[in-house]
Amino acid sequence: MSAEFLQLSLVPLLVGMLACIACALPGNFLVLRRQSLIGDAVSHVVLPGIVAAFLVTGTVAATAMLVGAAAAAVVAVVLIEFVRRVGRIEPGAAMGVIFTTMFAAGVLMIEQSDTSGVHLDVEHALYGNLESLVWFAAEDWGSLTDPVALADLPPQLARLAVVTVAMVAFTIVAWKELVLSTFDAGFAESVGARPTLIGFLLVVAVAVAAVAAFDAVGSIIVIAMFICPPAAARLMTDRLLPQIAWSIGFAALSGIAGYVLAGYGPLWLGFDASVSAAGMIATVSGLLLAVACLVGPHRRGSGRSGATV
Amino acid sequence: METFLAALMLSAGYNTAVVSIGAGFLGAAAGAVGAFVLLRKRSLVSDAVGHATLPGLAAAFIVMALVFGDGRILPGLLAGAAISAALGLFAVDWITHNTRLHEDAAIGAVLSVFFGFGIVLLTVIQSLDTGRQAGIAGYLLGSTAGMLRSEAETIAVAAFAVALAVFILRRPFTLVAFDPEYAAVRGVNVRRTDLLLMAILLAVTVIGLKVAGLVLIVALTIIPPVAARFWTDRAPHMVMIAAVLGAASGFVGTSLSASAANLPTGAVIVLAAFALFVVSLLVSPVRGVVAGGLERMRLSRKVHERQGLLSLARGEPIYDGLTLRVLRRAGHIRADGVATLQGRAAAAAAQREEALWSLYRREHPQSAAVSPALELNPIAEVLPPETVAALDRALPRVTATAGQPS
Amino acid sequence: MHPAELVAIDGRTLKRGDAGSPLSITGLTVTYSGKPVVFSVDVTVPAGSMMAIVGPNGAGKSTLIRAALGIVPRLSGDVTAFGEPVGKVRDRIAYVPQRASVDWDFPATVLDVVVMGLYRRIGLLRFAGRRHRATAMACLERVGMAGFAGRQIGQLSGGQQQRVFLARALAQDAQLYVMDEPFAGVDAATERAIIEVLRTLQAEGKTIVAVHHDLATVPVYFDHVLLMNVRAVADGPVATTFTPEHLQATYGGRLAPAQLDDIAAALAGRRTAAAS
Repeated sequence: MSAEFLQLSLVPLLVGMLACIACALPGNFLVLRRQSLIGDAVSHVVLPGIVAAFLVTGTVAATAMLVGAAAAAVVAVVLIEFVRRVGRIEPGAAMGVIFTTMFAAGVLMIEQSDTSGVHLDVEHALYGNLESLVWFAAEDWGSLTDPVALADLPPQLARLAVVTVAMVAFTIVAWKELVLSTFDAGFAESVGARPTLIGFLLVVAVAVAAVAAFDAVGSIIVIAMFICPPAAARLMTDRLLPQIAWSIGFAALSGIAGYVLAGYGPLWLGFDASVSAAGMIATVSGLLLAVACLVGPHRRGSGRSGATV
Repeated sequence: METFLAALMLSAGYNTAVVSIGAGFLGAAAGAVGAFVLLRKRSLVSDAVGHATLPGLAAAFIVMALVFGDGRILPGLLAGAAISAALGLFAVDWITHNTRLHEDAAIGAVLSVFFGFGIVLLTVIQSLDTGRQAGIAGYLLGSTAGMLRSEAETIAVAAFAVALAVFILRRPFTLVAFDPEYAAVRGVNVRRTDLLLMAILLAVTVIGLKVAGLVLIVALTIIPPVAARFWTDRAPHMVMIAAVLGAASGFVGTSLSASAANLPTGAVIVLAAFALFVVSLLVSPVRGVVAGGLERMRLSRKVHERQGLLSLARGEPIYDGLTLRVLRRAGHIRADGVATLQGRAAAAAAQREEALWSLYRREHPQSAAVSPALELNPIAEVLPPETVAALDRALPRVTATAGQPS
Repeated sequence: MHPAELVAIDGRTLKRGDAGSPLSITGLTVTYSGKPVVFSVDVTVPAGSMMAIVGPNGAGKSTLIRAALGIVPRLSGDVTAFGEPVGKVRDRIAYVPQRASVDWDFPATVLDVVVMGLYRRIGLLRFAGRRHRATAMACLERVGMAGFAGRQIGQLSGGQQQRVFLARALAQDAQLYVMDEPFAGVDAATERAIIEVLRTLQAEGKTIVAVHHDLATVPVYFDHVLLMNVRAVADGPVATTFTPEHLQATYGGRLAPAQLDDIAAALAGRRTAAAS
């Protein structure tokens, strides 16, 4: 049991959890800034970034893909801002133009290029493959301290760990500026807190988190991780720090519960198969949000304005 | 290329022709309905609707596979898609209205969670040996290859029906999208019209699934209207242009996709729409980048030239780099910044213009709404000659007190 | 309009507005979508004055101050504060945005918002400490909001929100206070409280510039006024500048005679007050 757990489940479990946390952290600010759909846009453009990196370098090396995806995210954000400004078009529509086009370009590039034999297909890009992150070198709990076995860990785990730490660091280092520019951008500008720069850095952080999580859960389910835990947390408290704490809790819970339900849920129901862990993680995060919407102590806003009819 | 031309001429086979025409109607309906949605500032709602079809598609597939032994029955799949998309739409609305969360978070949450749950159901389909997942993969990114004749016909007829419905309902939609309060005064039921608009958006999405795919169908309702926005400031025109651009993207994209292997329909349609968008963005004389950029540059030059000339007239030093460049290029000042003869004449003229305008503003306070940019033009070109003459006669009294140009 | 002070830097003579003025604007033009919303405005705010910026809706009042502080880009023009570019003297300027410009549903307490005013004093990579919170509390005290420090900002009334914004500006301990409609939508008690605080600031030698909507109170609250409608119509002391003629020119003849009478009465009241 323990060897099987270590080999098959430990890494996906950790990766799923870390992916959720890494995305939820910047997601808090996206939700507060009413920019949740930046997460949507950035996650979609990861695909063309990765394909382009593959076409340029000819390899599926992780670094090339990460760089390609991050570059695509930055390009997308710049283009969105350009279309929004030049066309005087609302941000949602500007995003819609750019990310669907880039995604379409990515799909076309995949279909046109000869990627047979290389692990690069559209379905994988859409919903990832958490279950493939196995750790065969693990034999028992002792493997956790065995450098030889540890070296065989799927690289996604280390990458996500680094990215999660980076997200925590970014949130702490830029805390004052993030809060200030999110609450009152005009005032932030007037005290020299560089809200435009902070907004850009936040998008870069979102892109990095999206790219790191993309590998495991695909480009669309990542959006659930950006939005659902922070949105649910928003309904639990009226203070920012507790909100972030709640969002991390919800994220970790989604990651773990989603994986466990995907792996064992069907067995409990009497089916001899498992279902997509990434999909289940998104589903669980959605259920948590639904519960928060129904019973969250702060589900209704106080001074809300500008509600759409 | 030949096959592409053949497809464009509707001579590349019956299915291709039917699907291309259907995609054209679909594009027109999507463009028009998208224009209304854009005016309502709810463009990305259609993204949620598109992604939210997946669990319905998958659930319908499972049910039909268990009941009929084959899950790939188009009307059934579309019905399932419509039901779950409607649920998604309802969830977005409910979250926006009943919690403090805003629409952006609601859209993002619904689209990703519904999609995630759809993926869960897809893996269930994989484990059922009765149906093949391939039957449903085409709905993710759109695929018209290997479409059955009955499927092509269903899509074309449904797309035509929706396009017709949009055409019939264009008046109330325009009213509500443009000014809901006025529409209410005019006796239009805003809530019901909004619901109808969303219902048509849903219909467009569901009908378009097989053609453009659920991830990309949103593009058909966003890109053509945004492109149309560059050509006009008037809502009814925008709807019409969006419909034309949408029809063109749908028709050309589908034909192109049918003309060669490895050209996924959804992606090609989106890229066709984007090409039209880029053209609009660049060359539209109304709001295009080129026209707008030139206009801004021209205005900036004029402002700097006028401010510079006025400074010259008042004998004030000029420090702004752009002002100096503009004056120098116009020959108003020499390289060392000293005013030329021509510059001094222009400065005096500018001051007189300014004095005339300010006199005009003082005597006609109700015209304060006149655009200041207009006042950068020679007054004689803007105001009727008799007004200018009257101002001219009144002027000497004014300049006498304001001091003479140096 | 005003004598320009010449300052020699690097051997070049640079105009830096009126070196003595807390805020000096020359030729400021701002366009939105190709349309000028502020056009070639010159104004110099005298040190120690309380200046109202007055004009009809869409006259570019907010845009003027936002462009002056570098919050929105400008097409042309030069702005100096205390003889320096605004970016160099941010420590000496406190900006109070329109209350409605922020989302009061933001998860923060009243004290959190006031502490934001200490941003520049807390410094990069540091967090607000006990000392900063004490300063913020003192500022809340001055606007009569000390009892609300732990309250979520969404639970405040409009007047209370405006007081919190004022407390945040006080925390900045600036010399120039630039305020966008500080009296919009506030109750009478708050209006009195705010004006008290502003008068105290003025007595301490601070300068105040405020976008203001209520014409009748301009002569009561302010000593200087800038009348503008996209372009500057007139600026100077209230007694000589805030005249029916200038107001008509500003509002394009859209002021009702009754309104002008009110203003005349207020002006007369001010003159008698000044004379006594």
